Amino acid sequence: MSDIAIGIENLSKRYLIGAQETRGDGLRHAIEAAMRNPIRWLREMKREGAKSHEEFWALKDVSFEIKQGDVIGIIGRNGAGKSTLLKIISRITEPTSGRIRIKGRVASLLEVGTGFHPELTGRENIFLNGAILGMSRAEIKNKFDEIVAFAEIEKFLDTPVKRYSSGMYVRLAFAVAAHLEPEVLIVDEVLAVGDAEFQKKCLGKMQDVSKGQGRTVLFVSHNMNAVESLCQRIVHLGNGKVIAVSSDLRGTIGAYLSSSAVSHSVEWINPGDVLLNPWFQPVRFYLGDEQGNPEKMQVRNDHPVYVWIEGEVEREDIALTVGYALYDGVGTLLYWSVQTDAPENMWPRLTPGRNVLKSQVPSRVLNEGKYRLELIIALYFREWISSPGSNAPVIELSIQGGLSDSPYWTEKRPGLLAPVCGWTLGKN
Amino acid sequence: MKNYSDSPSSTEELTIESGRSERHYWRDLWRYRELFYFLAWRDLLIRYKQTVVGVTWSLIRPFLTMIVLTVVFGRLGKMSSGGVPYPVMVFCGMLPWMFFSTALSESGNSLVNNSSLISKVYFPRIIVPASSVITSFADFLISAAFLALLMIWYHFPPSMNILFLPLFTLLGFGASLGTGIWIAALMVKYRDFRFIVPFVVQFGLYISPVGFLSTVVPDRWLLIYSLNPMVGVIDGFRWSLLGGQNAIYWPGLAISVLSTLLLLITGIKYFRRTEKMFADII
Repeated sequence: MSDIAIGIENLSKRYLIGAQETRGDGLRHAIEAAMRNPIRWLREMKREGAKSHEEFWALKDVSFEIKQGDVIGIIGRNGAGKSTLLKIISRITEPTSGRIRIKGRVASLLEVGTGFHPELTGRENIFLNGAILGMSRAEIKNKFDEIVAFAEIEKFLDTPVKRYSSGMYVRLAFAVAAHLEPEVLIVDEVLAVGDAEFQKKCLGKMQDVSKGQGRTVLFVSHNMNAVESLCQRIVHLGNGKVIAVSSDLRGTIGAYLSSSAVSHSVEWINPGDVLLNPWFQPVRFYLGDEQGNPEKMQVRNDHPVYVWIEGEVEREDIALTVGYALYDGVGTLLYWSVQTDAPENMWPRLTPGRNVLKSQVPSRVLNEGKYRLELIIALYFREWISSPGSNAPVIELSIQGGLSDSPYWTEKRPGLLAPVCGWTLGKN
Repeated sequence: MKNYSDSPSSTEELTIESGRSERHYWRDLWRYRELFYFLAWRDLLIRYKQTVVGVTWSLIRPFLTMIVLTVVFGRLGKMSSGGVPYPVMVFCGMLPWMFFSTALSESGNSLVNNSSLISKVYFPRIIVPASSVITSFADFLISAAFLALLMIWYHFPPSMNILFLPLFTLLGFGASLGTGIWIAALMVKYRDFRFIVPFVVQFGLYISPVGFLSTVVPDRWLLIYSLNPMVGVIDGFRWSLLGGQNAIYWPGLAISVLSTLLLLITGIKYFRRTEKMFADII
């Protein structure tokens, strides 16, 4: 009990929607209501909000505990209540019922650059932002050089922040917040801004803060890789309720992704009006057996599965590449494979009219789990027609069983891949 | 286990519950005391960035108002000034009034203007309107310097009562803070006040003894007239700076002090009651 940093008990937060609309003429409304029925108006003043507004429970009976030094990831769809939860822990808004017990100082980074004023210089904003986040002037002075070094803005300290590039702005904002020394650090999706290098730096700093300094970190993000690499436990929120609290990171993330993703099947058929182009108009993209019959959703790892891509070619083009991208259940890209991967003399030649391409998904290479395949169609070095991660059609594959013929390997082992490699005795 | 040092130690426990925020409020206010300074500093810095004339703007406004009032009330209206050079008499009244009116407008709008802070960071919200009053106080000090110059120009030395000036300044501060906090809290929920405030300030200029002396107010109105907290402040300023015929109507002053205290106490109460909902409705 004594090493609990945050204890949340039956926390609920209700918003009254519809109440916002009358905000503008609220006073006139209030005066009118008072004139019409003074007694009812007085009684209603005591209660919060008239009954005519609709209730929306942003959080309902949320309970869980966080131990000191833990790094907790909070995931969930937009609107699940993550930001509301953070706002309540940060004391920005009050809960409707329930309670939270917190040990130690809390610092929240709910937005990058809170309180930054564009007219002030970098130096002035460091002090202002630090003070707003709760640092004393002495503390800021002590950490000033470190903050500037982390943000890499030595040369621009005395320029107004409105002249900074967005990258510099975000680095500076995070630099100040990163040097707070709270017992509990709360970070809300701020990693969504900034380039990859910045995100790496932020993650590194957060890791530093938790492992190195033993502080508790609460981290909301949509970046599942970041959540997986940083957190020990995940809280999955949905519709204001706790769906799961667990240290099985991949499992919880997988459950979240599959619950939120649109469910796909093994087959995609062009409804008729998408991805129109004269070089390779996709008609059908599916997983099938060697003859082309569509597969069941779940296959064994030793069962040969083929990717079938059917399309209409109107205009021939030597730069045309067609294939697929393979992603695992967590969204990690495993590989791309296209028909031009072989030496040029072995490429399948596409001709005007209906063409069908087929490629075997490597057997006994992938591990058990769910996979997504996204269609690739492009003109090499020229343009994308079907781009994975953006407009590509998606099909799903689920591999279960058939991992190997060995009696010692019958269930899923760790790793993204599960190739059955050959072993022999070598020369002495 | 509570500990009374400045920043919370790792053993300190905080409970967040509906209706419970009051207990830590004053302690938090002390902990965040530097924020009063920083927000006021920010507002002053911003005001003068990229301006050429800079600080002198805070002198030009009172100077021009003084000229207008001297012409309108003094020359044209021929209001008496009790034997003191009219501009000095007017400026003595204007000094606290400008402080009050700018403090009121700025603090009234302060919460709404800082809505991004309110919805993203925790700190005791009362710091926001309070720091606006502090910013206006900085302007007040500059204008006070100007008044000193004015009195030197007219060879008019201040009376001995000047020792009481800090007390009247404090009273003015209290009146500004009390009204400012009220308006700031009301403004969050009822944006109508954005239009009401300039009107009140305009109106207030005519019912406060800025362009005229309290002596012209007929006796039967004196008590009601004194409900305006600025009456006590302005009369007090005149008495302490100019002395002589600017006697204070003591019952009036008592009423002004009471109304200031009332404004402050009820203002703070109302603010704290509605503070919890600011982030939700701002």
